[in-house]
Amino acid sequence: MAVLVYAEHVEGQFKKSAFEVVSYAKEIARNGNTQLVAICVGEISDEALGKLGAYGADKVLAARYAALNTFSSSAYASAIADAANRENADIIILSNSFSGKGLAPAVSVKLNAGIVAGAIDLPKTEGGKFIVKKLAFSGKAFAWVELLSAKKIISLNPNSYRIVDSPTSTIIESFEANNTPDSKVSVKEVIRSTDKVSLPEAEIVVSGGRGLKGPENWAILEDLAAALGAATACSKPVSDAGWRPHEEHVGQTGIVISPNLYLAIGISGAIQHLAGVSSSKTIVAINKDPDAPIFKVADYGIVGDALEVVPKLTQAIKAFKG
Amino acid sequence: MKLLVCISNVPDTTTKVTFTNNNTQFNTSGVQFILNPYDEIALSKAIELTEGGNGTVTVIHVGDVAAEPTIRKALAIGADDAVRINAEPHDAYFVASQIAQYVKDKNFDLILTGRESIDYNNALVAGMLGEMLQIPSVSIVKKLDLIGNEIVVEREIEGGKEVLNVSLPAIVSCSEGVAEPKIPNMRGIMSARSKPLEAIEATEAGKLSNIVEYTTPEPRGSVKILGAEETEKLVELLHTQAKVI
Ligand SMILES: Cc1cc2nc3c(=O)[nH]c(=O)nc-3n(C[C@H](O)[C@H](O)[C@H](O)COP(=O)(O)OP(=O)(O)OC[C@H]3O[C@@H](n4cnc5c(N)ncnc54)[C@H](O)[C@@H]3O)c2cc1C
Repeated sequence: MAVLVYAEHVEGQFKKSAFEVVSYAKEIARNGNTQLVAICVGEISDEALGKLGAYGADKVLAARYAALNTFSSSAYASAIADAANRENADIIILSNSFSGKGLAPAVSVKLNAGIVAGAIDLPKTEGGKFIVKKLAFSGKAFAWVELLSAKKIISLNPNSYRIVDSPTSTIIESFEANNTPDSKVSVKEVIRSTDKVSLPEAEIVVSGGRGLKGPENWAILEDLAAALGAATACSKPVSDAGWRPHEEHVGQTGIVISPNLYLAIGISGAIQHLAGVSSSKTIVAINKDPDAPIFKVADYGIVGDALEVVPKLTQAIKAFKG
Repeated sequence: MKLLVCISNVPDTTTKVTFTNNNTQFNTSGVQFILNPYDEIALSKAIELTEGGNGTVTVIHVGDVAAEPTIRKALAIGADDAVRINAEPHDAYFVASQIAQYVKDKNFDLILTGRESIDYNNALVAGMLGEMLQIPSVSIVKKLDLIGNEIVVEREIEGGKEVLNVSLPAIVSCSEGVAEPKIPNMRGIMSARSKPLEAIEATEAGKLSNIVEYTTPEPRGSVKILGAEETEKLVELLHTQAKVI
């Protein structure tokens, strides 16, 4: 018995979500009195791999061969499933990231394992059951899912479990998976902006709505986001109008996020919008209409014209950060 | 070109979600159901790809007869025919198994799904189907072009995007950007009534998971309203009270 966690890295660097899943998996392993094995796929240094020990990985399997340097959903899924079999892991944890969303269902079929996609808390195991809480109805509710299969998979939502230090002496082993990348899929191009904070993982999100009037006014939002180290987001009409790219659209039909701080600027707070942001820990609304529904869910509100308030807020943030 | 689009029947986005039966069941009473918005995008793309007599679009749904208005809507938008597998769609594995069973001997070139359904947000069916059918499956695609016997897709990755060439047959889960949702016109609505909608029985499939309870988020506390001049005060509150900066 063991818990296996897939620790995702981007070009040899772990992101916050990798440490979140390792911390989460460690707690499950500890509760089950078993060891935590991590698997990493693609080129990455031993030094970087060693970092997983800080969060409790007892062993790190490194599937490092050149063929796997570019992400291949099928080959990565095979490596994870192979590792689960060889390590006799009965619980497999992944991040519900963009790549995790491709991998988790494939691993589930390979292992005939039930899956909870988008988990937000540790499993409850009273009475021999295994029940995991996940977001449902795009944030309007939670579903408590019982996994009935022998092997179980959980994909954990970013920002839903804190990173916990758990220093462990880790051994790094190289891992030969039985599979090569799928010849039917070839990567033409990877475009990554490393300086931007990824929206699902962001701890602070600055979001703009139709109240900003037009794309030309987004510079003040971007300044505020830069001052806060935040990601930018928007309401649906904003991306529909092409003011911002679709991947910034949050809400019931967009991305569901749960940052520590969500700033809704010129956003009315329609039910579809709120669904995707209401699990944010703190919500700030800036809106000129004191009756806007967004104030019903906000923790702090400023009633005023965003075009005037936002630059002042940016100044205040800069002053605070010195 | 033979296309299949997997569709799901979900509560309208304005629905206030409630539960019955000791919070073990979604309360459908008074709820309007719609075609899942992402599936609408997938379907619109499929129709675009087959325009000008360049193939057929079949839609498939796993669920009971209550979903037929939604299936008819898909036919009105422009699908050629529809299949409904008559079963309670109790988890993604079950749904994918049913679709895989149906697809096995049908030679579809391309299978499209929505990125996720907005009821259970699992985003699992496309990935499971790929594994079950042993064909490539690409998740969360925001651009799709057909070039000969290949598709070129742009998919979202952490902090960026990846462009892939994928040979057919393949499965793609579609996000916004793939196509503009098509709205049914009068002719579509009229012809949808007579388009074939076949109901077939489900096959045996294991049950790997089970929803035992639903809960709803705690109501949020009340708001502290500040004036337009009080940005410094806000920063201070975010630091000392909310402790988020
Ligand atoms: C099927 C479906 C799915 C949907 N899914 C989503 C979704 O996922 N996400 C989403 O966001 N929406 C979604 N919507 C749309 C949703 O219903 C609302 O229309 C949308 O959220 C409104 O966007 P908004 O708040 O930017 O614009 P509006 O509702 O127009 O609000 C603009 C706000 O800005 C304020 N304002 C105006 N000028 C200023 C100023 N100078 N300074 C400060 N404030 C100002 C106004 O008081 C107003 O409150 C969906 C709708 C449907 C039908």
